[in-house]
Amino acid sequence: MLEIRNLHVSAEGKEILRGIDLKVNPGEVHSIMGPNGSGKSTLAHVLSGREGYEITAGEVDFKGQDLLDMKPEERAREGVFLAFQYPVEIPGVNNTYFLRAALNAIRRHRGEEELDAMEFLRLARSKAKLLKMDQSLLSRPVNEGFSGGEKKRNEIFQMSILEPTLGILDETDSGLDIDALKIVSEGVNALRSPERAFVIVTHYQRLLEYIVPDFVHVLDRGRIVKSGDKTLALELEKRGYSWLREEAGEAQPVA
Amino acid sequence: MSTETDELQKLADEEYKYGFVTDIESEALPPGLSEDVIRLISSKKREPEWMLEWRLKAYHQWMKMKEPDWAFVTYPKIDYQDIVYYSAPKSKSDGPQSLDEIDPELLETYKKLGIPLEEQEVLAGVAVDAVFDSVSVATTFREKLGEQGIIFCPMSEALQEHPDLVRKYLGSVVPYSDNFFAALNSAVFSDGSFCYIPKGVRCPMELSTYFRINAAKTGQFERTLIVADEGSYVSYLEGCTAPMRDENQLHAAVVELVALKDATIKYSTIQNWYPGDDEGVGGIYNFVTKRGKCLGANSRISWTQVETGSAITWKYPSCILIGDNSKGEFYSVALTKKRQQADTGTKMIHIGKNTRSNIVSKGISAGHGQNTYRGLGKINKNAKNARNYTQCDSMLIGSECGAHTFPYIEIGNSTAHMEHEASTSKIGEDQIFYCQQRGLSAEDAVSMIVNGFCKEVFKELPMEFAVEAQKLLAVNLEGSVG
Ligand SMILES: Nc1ncnc2c1ncn2[C@@H]1O[C@H](COP(=O)(O)OP(=O)(O)OP(=O)(O)O)[C@@H](O)[C@H]1O
Ligand SMILES: [Mg+2]
Repeated sequence: MLEIRNLHVSAEGKEILRGIDLKVNPGEVHSIMGPNGSGKSTLAHVLSGREGYEITAGEVDFKGQDLLDMKPEERAREGVFLAFQYPVEIPGVNNTYFLRAALNAIRRHRGEEELDAMEFLRLARSKAKLLKMDQSLLSRPVNEGFSGGEKKRNEIFQMSILEPTLGILDETDSGLDIDALKIVSEGVNALRSPERAFVIVTHYQRLLEYIVPDFVHVLDRGRIVKSGDKTLALELEKRGYSWLREEAGEAQPVA
Repeated sequence: MSTETDELQKLADEEYKYGFVTDIESEALPPGLSEDVIRLISSKKREPEWMLEWRLKAYHQWMKMKEPDWAFVTYPKIDYQDIVYYSAPKSKSDGPQSLDEIDPELLETYKKLGIPLEEQEVLAGVAVDAVFDSVSVATTFREKLGEQGIIFCPMSEALQEHPDLVRKYLGSVVPYSDNFFAALNSAVFSDGSFCYIPKGVRCPMELSTYFRINAAKTGQFERTLIVADEGSYVSYLEGCTAPMRDENQLHAAVVELVALKDATIKYSTIQNWYPGDDEGVGGIYNFVTKRGKCLGANSRISWTQVETGSAITWKYPSCILIGDNSKGEFYSVALTKKRQQADTGTKMIHIGKNTRSNIVSKGISAGHGQNTYRGLGKINKNAKNARNYTQCDSMLIGSECGAHTFPYIEIGNSTAHMEHEASTSKIGEDQIFYCQQRGLSAEDAVSMIVNGFCKEVFKELPMEFAVEAQKLLAVNLEGSVG
C-alpha cells in the first residue's frame, strides 16, 4: 500500500530525513518511535503533503501512485489521513459543517453520493458516541478552545468518519488521560481491517498495549535505525534510545 | 512542492466573472457639468420647479466645495468635466408596463448574473425596481404593494406622483451641502428608488433594487429615499454587479432613510462592482453617502452591507438616533483584494435618551488590498443612558495587504456606555493545510474560514441574500491565497 524508498528531506537547508525506507502493507500497523527531533512529524507531514519541505531524493508509492506528486487534498481523498500532533484551530467554522464538507469532498472523489445534513448528523452522532465524545463539541468551531485531550479525541473522531485507507497518527496519545487513551485506542482498533493500515507515532509503549502493532521502528536523526516487533517497544521503554546508537556505532564504522 | 502556489496563481488570473457589457443604444448627453446640463436633466424628467431649484443650489454649493482627501485611499484625480451626467436607454418614453416590453438584451444581462426577473417575481416574491443606467426600466409588484398603500417606484416617478412626500423628506437626512459627493449627487441625480410604508404596515416582501452601471463613462448618481411611517416595517435589498470596463467609473449615490415612531428599516447591500484589474485599472469608484434618521421614539434602522467590489469604496452608512429608545445597527463585511481600497465604517450619533447602537465590522484584506474601518460613536449631552457597542475584526490573507482601524469617540455625557472590541487575525498556512489534509481544496478552505469569520454579519441578511453573499465571497476569494 505504502512504500517509501530512500527518502531524503530537508527544511530550511537542514537535512531532516536522511534516507527512509519503509513498506506498509494493507492490514498492518506500524509504530514509529524515536527521540525528540528525530524527524517523526516531518515524515508524517511529508507523507500528507505539507509545504515547506524539500524532497532531495527518494520516492513514495501509495496504492501504485506517486504520492509526492499529489496535492495534499488529493492524498486525503485517496485515503491518507493525518491525525495531527498539534491539531489546528479554525475559529468560526463549525466542526460538523467542516467535517461534512470534508467527507463529501472525499465521497465526490470516489464517485459516491454526498450526504445531506441530516444523514451526516446521524453518522456524526453515532461515531461521537462510540468515542464518548461530548456532543457539544460537534457544534463548536473546529478545535477552538478544545482542551488538549479533546483535540486529540476530535482527530480520531474525524478519522472514524472519513474512514481512510492509511491512518497516520502523530502522538495522538500525548495529552490523553488514562480513560481517554483506552477509548481512543478502541476507536482506532474498530477501524482496523485487512484493507486499512496505520502508522502510529508515539513515545510511549502504553498506547501499543491497546493498539498492538505488527512492527515497531526506531527513527533516530532521520534514519530508521532499528525495526522489530512489539517487544522492541518494551525494550525501548526499559532502556531508552542511547544503546541503539552504541550498537549502531559498533556495527558500522563511524563515517 | 509549490503545487498549491501554482494552483492559486492560476485562479488569481481568472477574469472577473461578471465582466460583460450589454449593447443597448444609449441616449446620452456629451460629457461635462454646467447649469445647462442640470436644467436639461430636470426638464427631461419633467420635474417640478422646486426640484430644479434644489438641484441648482446643490450645484453652486458643490462648486465651492473641495473633494475630500482624508480617507485612506489614493486614486488619480477625477475630471468632473469628463463625465457623462445623463444617459437613458432608447426606449418608449412611456416606460414599460410589463417585462414583455423590456429590452430582451437587458433581460439577458440579468440572466447572466443569475437573477432572472421573471423567476424572481414568481419564486422569491421580490418586487424589483431595476435601475439600468440612469433610468428605471422595470418595476414589478407595484399593484400588490399598492393594495397596502406602499409606494415603491423610481424616484423620477415619485416626483410626478407624490411630489409632496418627496419634497418633505428629500435632503432631510443628507442635505445637499453635506459633503462634496452628496452635493454632486443632489445636483445631477438621475434616478433611484422611492419607498414609503404607511402607518402600521408591515411590508409583506423584501423590496429589492438591482443597480447596474452600464453605459461607458456614465457616472451613476442614484438617489434613494425610504420613509417608514409610524409602526411600519420594511426590509430593503440593494445588490449590484457591473460589466468590465477600461476606465474608472464614478459612482456617487445618496441613500436617505427616515424611520418614524416605532418603525423599523432594514437596509441590506451586496456590492460587487468591477474592482479593476491586477493593477487596479478600470475599477469603479464608489463614493456613497448613506444615512438614516431614527426620528421617532423606539424606531430602528439597521444597515447590513457586503462590500466585495469597486476599486475604491468610500462609504459610511450612519444613523442619527433622535427618538428616545431608538436603535441604530451597522453590520459590515468588506473584502479588498488585488489593488482594491476600502475606507468604510459608520457614524452613530446619539441624541435621544436610551438610544443604542451596535456595530459589527469585518474587514478582509487579500492580495494588495487595503481595508480601513473608520467609525464614529458620538453621544450628545442629552442622550442619557446611551449605549454603543463596537466590534471590529480584521482578517489578513497574505502579506502584501493591510488593515487599518480608526475609531473616533465623542462622549458628551457621563451616563454613556461605550464598548469597543477589535481583533486582527491571519489565515495561516497551517489552517489551510489542516483543511486540505481532510480533503478540502485550498480555495474551499479559505472561503470556509472567511465565511466563518463573517457569520455574525451574514446572519443579519435575508436568507437568499445570505446565500448569495457567501457565494460572492467565495468567487471573489478565488486565488487570493499565496
Ligand atoms: N520547517 C522546518 N524548518 C527547520 N527545521 C525544521 C522544520 N521542521 C522540522 N525541523 C527540525 O527537524 C527536526 C525534526 O523535527 P520533527 O518535528 O519531525 O521531530 P519529531 O521526531 O516529530 O519530534 P517530537 O518527538 O518532539 O515530536 C527538528 O530538529 C526540527 O527542529
Ligand atoms: Mg513530532
